[in-house]
Amino acid sequence: MIGGLFIYNHKGEVLISRVYRDDIGRRQAADSAIFSSSGLPLEERLANRRNAVDAFRVNVIHARQQVRSPVTNIARTSFFHVKRSNIWLAAVTKQNVNAAMVFEFLYKMCDVMAAYFGKISEENIKNNFVLIYELLDEILDFGYPQNSETGALKTFITQQGIKSQHQTKEEQSQITSQVTGQIGWRREGIKYRRNELFLDVLESVNLLMSPQGQVLSAHVSGRVVMKSYLSGMPECKFGMNDKIVIEKQGKGTADETSKSGKQSIAIDDCTFHQCVRLSKFDSERSISFIPPDGEFELMRYRTTKDIILPFRVIPLVREVGRTKLEVKVVIKSNFKPSLLAQKIEVRIPTPLNTSGVQVICMKGKAKYKASENAIVWKIKRMAGMKESQISAEIELLPTNDKKKWARPPISMNFEVPFAPSGLKVRYLKVFEPKLNYSDHDVIKWVRYIGRSGIYETRC
Amino acid sequence: MPAVSKGDGMRGLAVFISDIRNCKSKEAEIKRINKELANIRSKFKGDKALDGYSKKKYVCKLLFIFLLGHDIDFGHMEAVNLLSSNKYTEKQIGYLFISVLVNSNSELIRLINNAIKNDLASRNPTFMCLALHCIANVGSREMGEAFAADIPRILVAGDSMDSVKQSAALCLLRLYKASPDLVPMGEWTARVVHLLNDQHMGVVTAAVSLITCLCKKNPDDFKTCISLAVSRLSRIVSSASTDLQDYTYYFVPAPWLSVKLLRLLQCYPPPEDAAVKGRLVECLETVLNKAQEPPKSKKVQHSNAKNAILFETISLIIHYDSEPNLLVRACNQLGQFLQHRETNLRYLALESMCTLASSEFSHEAVKTHIDTVINALKTERDVSVRQRAADLLYAMCDRSNAKQIVSEMLRYLETADYAIREEIVLKVAILAEKYAVDYSWYVDTILNLIRIAGDYVSEEVWYRVLQIVTNRDDVQGYAAKTVFEALQAPACHENMVKVGGYILGEFGNLIAGDPRSSPPVQFSLLHSKFHLCSVATRALLLSTYIKFINLFPETKATIQGVLRAGSQLRNADVELQQRAVEYLTLSSVASTDVLATVLEEMPPFPERESSILAKLKRKKGPGAGSALDDGRRDPSSNDVNGGVEPTPSTVSTPSPSADLLGLRAAPPPAAPPATSGAGNLLVDVFSDGPAAQPSLGPTPEEAFLSELEPPAPESPMALLADPAPAADPGPEDIGPPIPEADELLNKFVCKNNGVLFENQLLQIGVKSEFRQNLGRMYLFYGNKTSVQFQNFSPTVVHPGDLQTQLAVQTKRVAAQVDGGAQVQQVLNIECLRDFLTPPLLSVRFRYGGAPQSLTLKLPVTINKFFQPTEMAAQDFFQRWKQLSLPQQEAQKIFKANHPMDAEVTKAKLLGFGSALLDNVDPNPENFVGAGIIQTKALQVGCLLRLEPNAQAQMYRLTLRTSKEPVSRHLCELLAQQF
Repeated sequence: MIGGLFIYNHKGEVLISRVYRDDIGRRQAADSAIFSSSGLPLEERLANRRNAVDAFRVNVIHARQQVRSPVTNIARTSFFHVKRSNIWLAAVTKQNVNAAMVFEFLYKMCDVMAAYFGKISEENIKNNFVLIYELLDEILDFGYPQNSETGALKTFITQQGIKSQHQTKEEQSQITSQVTGQIGWRREGIKYRRNELFLDVLESVNLLMSPQGQVLSAHVSGRVVMKSYLSGMPECKFGMNDKIVIEKQGKGTADETSKSGKQSIAIDDCTFHQCVRLSKFDSERSISFIPPDGEFELMRYRTTKDIILPFRVIPLVREVGRTKLEVKVVIKSNFKPSLLAQKIEVRIPTPLNTSGVQVICMKGKAKYKASENAIVWKIKRMAGMKESQISAEIELLPTNDKKKWARPPISMNFEVPFAPSGLKVRYLKVFEPKLNYSDHDVIKWVRYIGRSGIYETRC
Repeated sequence: MPAVSKGDGMRGLAVFISDIRNCKSKEAEIKRINKELANIRSKFKGDKALDGYSKKKYVCKLLFIFLLGHDIDFGHMEAVNLLSSNKYTEKQIGYLFISVLVNSNSELIRLINNAIKNDLASRNPTFMCLALHCIANVGSREMGEAFAADIPRILVAGDSMDSVKQSAALCLLRLYKASPDLVPMGEWTARVVHLLNDQHMGVVTAAVSLITCLCKKNPDDFKTCISLAVSRLSRIVSSASTDLQDYTYYFVPAPWLSVKLLRLLQCYPPPEDAAVKGRLVECLETVLNKAQEPPKSKKVQHSNAKNAILFETISLIIHYDSEPNLLVRACNQLGQFLQHRETNLRYLALESMCTLASSEFSHEAVKTHIDTVINALKTERDVSVRQRAADLLYAMCDRSNAKQIVSEMLRYLETADYAIREEIVLKVAILAEKYAVDYSWYVDTILNLIRIAGDYVSEEVWYRVLQIVTNRDDVQGYAAKTVFEALQAPACHENMVKVGGYILGEFGNLIAGDPRSSPPVQFSLLHSKFHLCSVATRALLLSTYIKFINLFPETKATIQGVLRAGSQLRNADVELQQRAVEYLTLSSVASTDVLATVLEEMPPFPERESSILAKLKRKKGPGAGSALDDGRRDPSSNDVNGGVEPTPSTVSTPSPSADLLGLRAAPPPAAPPATSGAGNLLVDVFSDGPAAQPSLGPTPEEAFLSELEPPAPESPMALLADPAPAADPGPEDIGPPIPEADELLNKFVCKNNGVLFENQLLQIGVKSEFRQNLGRMYLFYGNKTSVQFQNFSPTVVHPGDLQTQLAVQTKRVAAQVDGGAQVQQVLNIECLRDFLTPPLLSVRFRYGGAPQSLTLKLPVTINKFFQPTEMAAQDFFQRWKQLSLPQQEAQKIFKANHPMDAEVTKAKLLGFGSALLDNVDPNPENFVGAGIIQTKALQVGCLLRLEPNAQAQMYRLTLRTSKEPVSRHLCELLAQQF
């Protein structure tokens, strides 16, 4: 149960403050035991609320040491925060809540805001002040998350002023029945001339590799995002190369199993959008749903086995005396030559006492960025099964500090047009019994994007 | 951004700082700093040498980054390089960086020291000053070691500039404070004193600071500074406000220097030289006069400076405490400040007055301001000022104004801040006791105190009330009435219940005549509070109830009902349960006489110093105590009052009965009358317990107690049967009997009166008479010295199982025995059954502060209870034959120690207690005696025969009694007499 939600700008100024419960913001520590909330005069309660707001500012935003934990407990009050560019969103509670629920809510809140007014920035928040309060009233009730489906929200929280005079009574009652009905995420009577749907498989691959090339840890977290423009109330069925499903089907024909088994993947865990019928997934492992209109995230999953690592980084660091360091880094792309990786960026950390750097690279551009204590090497495009190399000479200033340089890992960013987990969309069938369009009439688009998460190689 | 030009300003630095200030987030700031650091690193690394200006600029940037909270691990070398520059700004930045960033164990310290040394040796005063400042700022041990010897030299060198001297003095002061052992004392000390005569006021100010610090350690070295300081002070004080030019601060000439000089003078006693003293007094008077002048400026700085000097002057006057005239004037001056608008001034005035109040000269003068101070206590807004006002009231209190002050403090207490309530409570309690004219006022005050601030009334305070009420007959009735009334309030504090419970239990009978406070009313009033109280209070109330049974027999049934209730008898708290069980049994078994004895009124507590005072001192901490305490301090007070509570166990004669009942943990009232005799009797019967018929003295007690006899083993009653606590109230206190004790005892086997013991301090005389199994003994303690004995306490102790055999009831004696005086103690002795060892008499007292203790054997032997029997010859022989069993006879043949005189022997045998039977033995030389030893439990017939042999100088003694140990013991005793 979220006690309150605050939005701060980068200076720690409060932009939005919405308190759902009186228990938060009690004067911190000992006082809370002495006074019960009801016994306090209103003025004091307001003052106390200010304290919770201040506590987060002082202890997290303005903390001397950067706060890395997304959950901070200050005087028996928990603060859950996420940061979007320069904006801090903090959910506050005194109770022992499900932290995952709170973060899920915060992410959802970000999505909703983004859907309403685009990028979350101080400017936008200030401009949509009233809207945000209206949204917060709707999606949280006494701290319990409510319907946070953007499509549904947009039907009754609108940006263009009061629309009610244009809405008929029927429409209004429709909204009520839809929001409170069984399928709260989709309204009836949607019509499109062209029935179309877009499917994006977005994955981020995380890796930690030893200098010798041994994988220390690797996993892929992926999401399937769907954008649907379909008429009526279509029933959809989504199929992918899930190992369990393939094996179940392959029971009949053994050779098919062996053929497709190679391509099937083991999904460690997955979560679905609320529209997916979980009972059906549990019994038949089939993913069937009535999609909301517009864009939504159909599922999220994680895999740890048989990951295709798109790049291999081979570092070579040599210390030449006390004042010089030689670094050589080779990257190898490890996918089909026909595919192109994009936005490749290799970040090679430099010691804190670096006084000068000379870089030579064959491809792309490399630069020493003093403000980040790193050499940043950028390559726009790179095809599969290629190799590239950078070498740098780093000059050091002798210091009286005896601490040895900790050698942080070399990290990498990239984007590849395939799913590193190996996930494949096998089918997405659409049935709309009431209207006269069939599965074949729907135009479907599928796209795979693999991005780097934390992709590091120790050196 | 400030406009700067290349030269002394550093544009790069200004840009960098404004960049940092414009950063929107922490990350941005860190990025900017990283970039700058990389830039500086590349610059420092660069092959071409940097010029002084850029070096200075980068070092400055590093310093700034460091002060922002980032680690700096390079640039030290560059900073050290700057030290050798000839430009002031570069050198200054170098020194700044070093004093901020270089830690003492750096390897650069040698280089730095070298640079400092060069600068100190240079003739350039600015450079010398920079170096001195750096030493003072770093102040490390290494620096001290390197330069402690040089600095005094610079300080007293004739050619040093004034500013250098000033810096050197302060630098030395810093080093001295950091590590006093490093600064060598030497001939320079004398010359430092002469700096007080320096032309330059800055030098004088610095020197005074240094001397004030140094002279605390070795005052004699700097004694000469007094006259110099006085003359300097008089020159400043008498100067016109314009004379000192730069050192005149808002029309006040050199205020800082004046204050420092006055402080310096406070390190020493008043000057002995009359001229110097006269001059100083003149100065002080001038300052006091100036305070009366109208201010020369309306600015607050002017009055601040003036008052600073004035207050320091007053503290000097208080410090000297020898000039009544000045003290009174100071007091009057402070009196004016008491009503000043400025809160700080009022505070300071109250504080200074507090110290003035303790001076005999100004005490009266301070007292005149009582109304103002009381007013301050009432109306002052600032709590700290109120606290000072309360302190001052306490300090100025004496007999004449105690009532007023105490009542004001009580009134203040109702609104006082929580933090100081307890202190005020203690103060009120002390003042009320110390200056109480009549004790009813005292009782009123304390009860009021408990009512107003019960939570803050500590144990000591209410213990003390009880002590005083118990010791003063005249207030007991009043106290009982007052507490009774106080308890009628619907909500009263637990401490009030405690005091009420105790006082009503002791003295409730004094108000029982009034129908409004009849015994049942008293009881129901107390019992209505019972359930709201803590365990300790309930225990106390239970004791009160049993006392009520004694005081008011009509309440017995009700109280027994209460005690019998399951909530008491089966209380989860052991203490309460035990009390309930014991008191219930006691009340149902004991006769009224016994109850009256057991629950007799508490004896007066020995007078001693109030423990509250000690507590206040503890609270205030050392130092403050001296101001509060005006000479009442008794060197022994602390240890005497260490664990103060008015229980008899801290009373000079430790009461065994208190312990005996297993109530050690309980507060006072549980203790039945604190006479050791009673306790012994109780124990006696428990272990022995023959059914005794009520005949004499303490028998009723035995009767009821013996019925209690068969207690369940685990019942708390079992405690009662444990003789150990009763036998020795403080086992460690009773030493073994003195070596001569046996010899002394033997003297008394055959006689009842005489001197039992004598040494150069004390004489103990004995007078005793015995009849049947009872005896009475008078002990006379004579103080042979001219000094009073304190805490005089004689105790009778029963070693082993003697207490089951012999009961000795002692009367208390006064705790003080004046020089040359004699006190008498009466012992009632009852022989319960035959016994072999005599009881011990332990005498303890303090003679001139040293504790003395002495243990003797009390001359009570079994033969004292001999009843002589006359009988004819044949009767004798018939009985003699009856006692023919071998174990009944004891015989001893021994050599005579004394001349064998028939008359003497006869007298001794008579003194021994038996009847002498003539014409019984065929041999007329022989002596024959008969008697009965009377004990309460049994009678032992005893026949004896003594056959002297004049030729051999031998005796043969034969004793036949019905009890074997008695025979042997008597034989033994008698044999030693011949």
